[in-house]
Amino acid sequence: MRPSAGGSTFAWALACVGLALLALPLAALVIRAPWARIGELLGGDVVLPALGLSLATAAASTLLCLVLGVPLATLLARSETWPVVPRRVLRALITVPMVLPPVVGGIALLLLLGRRGVLGAWLAEAGIAIPYTTGAVVIAQTFVSLPFVVFAVEGALRSTDRRVEEAAADLGASPFRVLWHVTIPLVLPGVAAGAVLCFTRALGEFGATITFAGSLPGVTRTLPIASYLALETDPDAAIVLALVLVAVSLAVILSLRDRWLPRAGLR
Amino acid sequence: MSRRALGALAAVAGGALLLAGCSSAAPEPGSSPASSPSEEALTGSITVLAAASLTETFDALGAAFEAEHPGTTVTFSYGGSSSLAQQIVSGAPADVFAAANESTMQTVDDAGLAVDPTIFATNVLELVVPPGNPGGVTGLADLARPELAIALCDVAVPCGSATQQLLDQEGITAQPDTLEQDVKLVLTKVQLGEADAGLVYVTDAATAGDAVEGIAIPEAQSVVNRYPIATIDGSPNAALAAAFVAFVLSEEGRAALAEAGFGAP
Repeated sequence: MRPSAGGSTFAWALACVGLALLALPLAALVIRAPWARIGELLGGDVVLPALGLSLATAAASTLLCLVLGVPLATLLARSETWPVVPRRVLRALITVPMVLPPVVGGIALLLLLGRRGVLGAWLAEAGIAIPYTTGAVVIAQTFVSLPFVVFAVEGALRSTDRRVEEAAADLGASPFRVLWHVTIPLVLPGVAAGAVLCFTRALGEFGATITFAGSLPGVTRTLPIASYLALETDPDAAIVLALVLVAVSLAVILSLRDRWLPRAGLR
Repeated sequence: MSRRALGALAAVAGGALLLAGCSSAAPEPGSSPASSPSEEALTGSITVLAAASLTETFDALGAAFEAEHPGTTVTFSYGGSSSLAQQIVSGAPADVFAAANESTMQTVDDAGLAVDPTIFATNVLELVVPPGNPGGVTGLADLARPELAIALCDVAVPCGSATQQLLDQEGITAQPDTLEQDVKLVLTKVQLGEADAGLVYVTDAATAGDAVEGIAIPEAQSVVNRYPIATIDGSPNAALAAAFVAFVLSEEGRAALAEAGFGAP
């Protein structure tokens, strides 16, 4: 059924409001940016260390997410044949970090890996302290962004045609050969999409990081944390930090635009 | 530098509060009887923005005030004083502001929004450690021990600037592992045992009870945070706002603050 002209106009109007809601705050950020001071603020001792730390930790988290997330996605895709209860439990466990407020994730991490945590107390005896380290930032970021990789790769795995893999096996290809030459090329676009989502989510991570890792310049104070703190004393610096964060996120998404689309990535 | 930014923030907020401020600065003969400043007419509601360290005391004072003036409602919003000051300058609805130091109140005063800031309490810092004092902390000098996990306030917030002043005065170079956004976060890190020591206000240490051990530091008496309170220009219920400020400054208010560990101004 075709929508009526009136309904269509109404839908367009709502779409425009939605788009404005997404785009106008970013436009305001650009309009209000202290352009006259931008060189001074970018070159100061706040922005560059925070940017370097954010890029390094987000890259490390993305790598960790891929190493752990791709096998987990394979398991999740295989769980289709499992009984209903374990299958749903597995899916729920993977989904929880996406719906949990990040601060809660940070508290949970602290209770597990903190100096008095369930595992952390043992680690502390062995001389390993995780909180307040850059490693803690990577763990917090991985915790919140791992589901993005898992679901992106799982989606790609589900949409692949199992018969192609079976045909390759029937024709005498070893399981490794099937994996390397058939399965991986088929799911690569999903992996790339997952990696991009994971990187940008890790870059924006705030709550779990500040709760679990703390906030120390050059060690654990990432861009979002630096931006929030700068709002207290120098709102101009906060705006510049926010702009840098937006620019990096946009650059990552745009540069991987082609692989983002499953078909384009295959050719 | 921040003047410009504050101006920008105020402009973003549509300048609504500034406009309201201008209009109420002029006499308003035609205003409703409810807002006329006569004793019996106290009614309606006000919003009080107050420093996080005032949480427990102001909650109690608010309840007592409402009981004394039936028909009034006092709503509190607690947070880091610097954030609250920025919110007021950006046009957040507020009738009263109580800050943890004078420079945050100055931010609001600079924007022409604070009416007669008055010091109503003082606070000093104290060392806190987890129960049992696992780090064997005895004084300020221990903050320089790199093997301990140390939580301090960032210098951008009032407790952090007091911390910095105290450490400078004593010639101690602290080795912090984290610089937190407000004093309650420092206290939480110590309560959880994730920090071996932290510097918080005496009043926060008192609120935490047995969850932390306080270590009094005589040197801290020379770095005193003075808490100012003011009504906000443009308050739609200026009479009630003024009455609440007067209540905080009264004998009853002073007694409640003293009980929580605050010093007299």
